[in-house]
Amino acid sequence: MPAEEILPASTSASRRRWYLRGARMAFSVPGLILASAFIGFAGLAKEAGLTLAQTVFMVGMVWALPAKVVLIGAILSGASLPAAAFAVALSSIRLAPMVVALVPEMRGPKTRRWVLYFLSHFVAVTSWVLAMERLRGVPRDMRTSYYAGLGSTLVLANMVVVAVVYVLADSMPPAVSAALFMLTPMYFLTSLWGSARERAGHVAMVLGIVLGPLLHVVVPGFDLLGAGLVGGGIAFAFHKLSRRRASA
Amino acid sequence: MTFHAIDAWWWPFLFILVAGWLATDAWRFLGVYLGDRIGEDSDLLVLVRALATALVAAVIGNLIVFPSGELADTSFALRLASAAMGFLAYLWLGRKVLVGIVVAEVVLLAGMAFNF
Repeated sequence: MPAEEILPASTSASRRRWYLRGARMAFSVPGLILASAFIGFAGLAKEAGLTLAQTVFMVGMVWALPAKVVLIGAILSGASLPAAAFAVALSSIRLAPMVVALVPEMRGPKTRRWVLYFLSHFVAVTSWVLAMERLRGVPRDMRTSYYAGLGSTLVLANMVVVAVVYVLADSMPPAVSAALFMLTPMYFLTSLWGSARERAGHVAMVLGIVLGPLLHVVVPGFDLLGAGLVGGGIAFAFHKLSRRRASA
Repeated sequence: MTFHAIDAWWWPFLFILVAGWLATDAWRFLGVYLGDRIGEDSDLLVLVRALATALVAAVIGNLIVFPSGELADTSFALRLASAAMGFLAYLWLGRKVLVGIVVAEVVLLAGMAFNF
């Protein structure tokens, strides 16, 4: 592995260089698509009655967009704190396997544990996809610096985007505002479909999209959890059956 | 214990911390802890991914069928057509997220311009 042998003598200087290279990746096409989805999120949060400070705070602390949209949904439906936490936790389980997959890519022989715990906060769909794609081209010792640059820049830049849009939202023409509210579902619809690992993921998506609004009418307040449990359960059964058929 | 239950400046922030930060970073920290102890295609992970995917998909469905803001003033048929054509464009034109979003937005804005 030649990339690991040509580390310059001055480690802190090259750390900074790799940090900045990671930061620059935040302004790639996937980064800009994410920013457009955050434009939509700012409108959603304002509509739900959150203040500017609460909205920006939520972006920094939660970061993952699906989790935030679920949290806003829970706030809108008047859910209690435990119910909201449970719905958000269920929507964020995917973060654990994503981090599990990323850690071996990022870890060097001398990487400290707390660095990995700290950096894991930046894991969400976009930074994860970019990292899994780009980390291989980064010297192993510099991977944490690179990801720190990418992750922190994405979070900070989108906190700024959300603040600016929140302030400007009222002065937007209705057509622009309506278009912004369409950004979030379209971003999720396409990126979630693309990130599915197995066919069961697509089955789960189709079921969830139909069951969500259906259960919203039938059992309001239990729509997200119900759709997740029923749709996910059926998709998993589909996975087991198709695997059994394949091996038979 | 809802978001608006306690009339103090800190309550919404505490609500966001517990229901938002704790509920997401707990999974990230668990991910670091488990490291490479779990196989990526173990059945448990498939089940976990399926549940999570269906839940997020339910959020997408609700955002399109029961939208908020100015989008609520458009017709359901227009939103459905916009999302469907955007998604088909994504599927057929090289699976680019950007293509899906642009097509959906163009259909939506054109529909609004012609009062569908």
